[in-house]
Amino acid sequence: MLLRHTPKEITERKALTVNPAKTCQPIGAMYASLGIHGCLPHSHGSQGCYAYHRSTLTRHYKEPVMAATSSFTEGASVFGGQANLLQALNNIFTIYEPDVVAVHTTCLSETIGDDIPQIFGKARADGKIPEGKFVLHANTPSYVGTHVTGFANMTKAMVDYFAKPAEHKENRINIIPGWVEPSDMKEIKRIAGELGVKFIMFPDTENVLNGPQTGKFAMYPKGGVTIDELVSAGSSRGTIALGRLTSGPAAHALDTKCKVPCEILDLPIGIKATDRFVDSLRKMGGVNVPDSINIERGQLVDIITDMQAYFYHKKVGLVGDPDQLEALTEFLVSIDMLPIHIVTGTKDKKFEKRIKSLTEGLPCKVNVKSGGDMMLFHQWIKNEPVDLLIGNTYVKYISRDEDIPFIRFGFPILDRIGHSYFPTVGYQGGMRFLEKILDALMDRQDRDSSEIEFELVM
Amino acid sequence: MEPMRKETTEYEEKTDNWKDIDPKKVKQEIMEKYPPKVARKRSKHFVINKKVDDENYTEIQANVRTIPGIISQRGCCYAGCKGVVMGPTRDIINLTHGPIGCGFYSWLTRRNQTDPSTTPDGHNFMTYCFSTDMEEREIIFGGEKKLKAAIQEAYDIFKPKMISVFATCPVGLIGDDIHSVTREMEKKLGITIFGFSCEGYKGVSQSAGHHVANNGLFQHVIGLDDTVKEGDYKVNLLGEYNIGGDAFLIEDLFERCGITLISTFSGNSSVDHFSNSHTADLNLIMCHRSINYVADMMEQKYGIPWLKINFLSAEATSRSLRKIAEYYGDQKLIDRVEEVIAEEMPAVEKAQAEIRPRLEGKLAMMFVGGSRAHHYQELFKEIGMITIAAGYEFAHRDDYEGRHVLPKIKVDADSRNIEELDVQKDPEKYNPRIDKKELEAEERHGVRLKDYEGMMPDMEEGDYVIDDISQYETEKLIETYKPAIFCAGIKEKYMIQKHGIPMKQLHSYDTGGPYAVYKGAVNFYYEMDRMINSKVWDHIKAPWEKSPELSAMYAYE
Ligand code: SF4
Ligand code: SF4
Repeated sequence: MLLRHTPKEITERKALTVNPAKTCQPIGAMYASLGIHGCLPHSHGSQGCYAYHRSTLTRHYKEPVMAATSSFTEGASVFGGQANLLQALNNIFTIYEPDVVAVHTTCLSETIGDDIPQIFGKARADGKIPEGKFVLHANTPSYVGTHVTGFANMTKAMVDYFAKPAEHKENRINIIPGWVEPSDMKEIKRIAGELGVKFIMFPDTENVLNGPQTGKFAMYPKGGVTIDELVSAGSSRGTIALGRLTSGPAAHALDTKCKVPCEILDLPIGIKATDRFVDSLRKMGGVNVPDSINIERGQLVDIITDMQAYFYHKKVGLVGDPDQLEALTEFLVSIDMLPIHIVTGTKDKKFEKRIKSLTEGLPCKVNVKSGGDMMLFHQWIKNEPVDLLIGNTYVKYISRDEDIPFIRFGFPILDRIGHSYFPTVGYQGGMRFLEKILDALMDRQDRDSSEIEFELVM
Repeated sequence: MEPMRKETTEYEEKTDNWKDIDPKKVKQEIMEKYPPKVARKRSKHFVINKKVDDENYTEIQANVRTIPGIISQRGCCYAGCKGVVMGPTRDIINLTHGPIGCGFYSWLTRRNQTDPSTTPDGHNFMTYCFSTDMEEREIIFGGEKKLKAAIQEAYDIFKPKMISVFATCPVGLIGDDIHSVTREMEKKLGITIFGFSCEGYKGVSQSAGHHVANNGLFQHVIGLDDTVKEGDYKVNLLGEYNIGGDAFLIEDLFERCGITLISTFSGNSSVDHFSNSHTADLNLIMCHRSINYVADMMEQKYGIPWLKINFLSAEATSRSLRKIAEYYGDQKLIDRVEEVIAEEMPAVEKAQAEIRPRLEGKLAMMFVGGSRAHHYQELFKEIGMITIAAGYEFAHRDDYEGRHVLPKIKVDADSRNIEELDVQKDPEKYNPRIDKKELEAEERHGVRLKDYEGMMPDMEEGDYVIDDISQYETEKLIETYKPAIFCAGIKEKYMIQKHGIPMKQLHSYDTGGPYAVYKGAVNFYYEMDRMINSKVWDHIKAPWEKSPELSAMYAYE
């Protein structure tokens, strides 16, 4: 057994986290920063954090992840990191020549209390930020919130730094996609394109973290939202923010700063959430839904109705981030599955309530925890087994020990490919998700059924 | 119609003329990109190998702080302490005291294999991540209370025999005294509990963390169990982390030679073995950088001498086995070692003969760790490949130039904050394993003790030796030489491969290994052939990119 010491009996823990279902803010900020075109993320702290964040993102995407660091040593920890950041900005713009540097803090620089805007001011005054180049920052102390918060903070910083208020609004909307994969961002853009809606999307990691092999390395790949687009976000007629936690703060900031009204939706995972997304696009963009989209929707519904027998009342355990889990729970319930153990490491007041209301009326008890960890998740499973597990790569240890089929979904996925190329959002993403669920369940049925009951046609 | 041109890869076009490239010019061009101050500093880390006199090679600057804004591949003190040295031991609870990230990222991300069935209690906590998950409240009011409670909970749930605590950056800043907490809890719970002050900002790289870990093991674990095990030649293997199963092969080799392995620091390791390690009679050092402190301290306290050995490549393995046998000077062992070598070499030679013609003369570059960039050069040599550029991420000058420069190394403020323990002979347990004269002369039976000559003497004059290589320097070297293979870590992996060059991780071995001793060497030869001679790299250019003219249309006319 891999997790041989995890007891079935659950005891309350107040101080000890075992096998976390979350990580720290800066990695989210780094991921969001990579969604700006020509941007080098910069970690203002010791080099250890950035080494870890780069490594984890690299393993998840199997792509180069470029970033820089202020390389604090003990001196900087005592006297503050201003000198380090000034020197870093000068070196970065001279050597690595990005258009934009997106600075995020770490626990260390936050505990010290470095004032980034003040340091930026000094850097500008000293000529360390060349003409025509940009900087932005987000405060991302990990002792507050999680990687989800860091992503939200950096996305909001894009608005705070660049979006420009405008009297006259253009016939265009903003889409904030939330923490989804590059493939999902591409799919969200495709759907908006199918509807003929003009839009600006930020951040946008398509073509940054799923780039082609060309034999040439580009430090700054083709993708990413441009600074011009971020400026123009202030003159769009509305914003669709996908993901309450990851996109909400940026959307609200746009509303406050530039009077761009927003709609905050779930991530478009599954049929109902995608319906809401498409409907909002239609209304905000003033367009009709084309047949191409109706066909995709119909195909998804077709799979669901054809295969309902395999979904019906199968128990599922989910672990991941709140925005993903809320959408996914709704999706699973909508196809007659029973999500019964749901854990996120992110503390969020509304999460448990939302999941409870989504699962209301299910014929079984539903365990939900915000601010939980994977050990608790595992213990719940030991007490009430499930038919399917959905979560990041770390869940495979539970899957193997308990012999339960497992689908990789969320962050990080360190042992499979696919997430950066094939979406899980939209109707097509929904189809892919269902294919994964069915493959997992039906492969298991094929493996476990007796020779007598073994089926050719399923 | 024109005859089809034979496709040549860019590398093949360049393979012959790399010798014409002037390294000094390459260096100069790279340095020109840097701001003057940076260039001055970096040029001391970026040297062209040259023997200056009988003993010395060009001086290289190492183990100094990375310049802010330079994209380096280094990690932090915590990573060196928790991840590298303490991580691979299965039966201790390693509790990170800090915000969640540091613990999360070091959770199972190194490929240290372990076999819990070989210790009676079967404990294995390596699949777990334990953290106090500090939140704002603790940053403001202090985290000692939470740490205490976390230790209690870990004890209540898991009943481990040992718990260690790792301090992360914020812990040092807010002034939590982890050592007083661990002392108190040790007394209360009656098991060994101790802490590491390995805050990430200490020192300049992982290296500081190795030192902190060595100190902690030495003070709290080594020497706890005096049971003397049976065996004629009892050794500890230091600096072997069992990535991809290397240690398993070494264990097997030792067994066949009749050498008794008391403990490995730290691969497939157990704290039970560490506790008992002072009963060995010889320490063998694989990775000099990460673990030489423990060896020195064990010599001072217990009188156990140490030898530098290397089990990467067949040649080095035979040399190391002979060195061990020579050291003991026992004919039985000398003969047994020769028998084992004779058994192993035919398979090795067969593989070399097969692979060598396919790789002969191809270029390798490697920038990794604190020993591997040296050790792996010999493996490449055995298949005819040439390492023209190498360097470490976190080594010190002695790892490059040899231990004879130790007295000349200036200790700067960044290194001074890592404690040097004052070690004395143990009044009861000190027992010099060899003649006092031999210990003093640092030589026995013609075998040099406590000796490491470093990387430079094994490289040619004119080769590049680069410390803490930057992203920019890496790219320039690749563009200039188009090496057949580049070895480094995960952060560089895909950047290199996007250049169309296969990249081998030498921290984690990607998913490969083992590469140690004879069987591992053979694995490595085949692995290089697989990577370098693969057809997958031929697909990069689409047919229409290779010949953009519309020749197909002419064919119809
Ligand atoms: S110190 Fe903070 S920012 Fe750095 S890795 Fe740890 S939790 Fe993340
Ligand atoms: S540098 Fe400090 S905060 Fe960052 S990973 Fe290392 S110990 Fe953690």
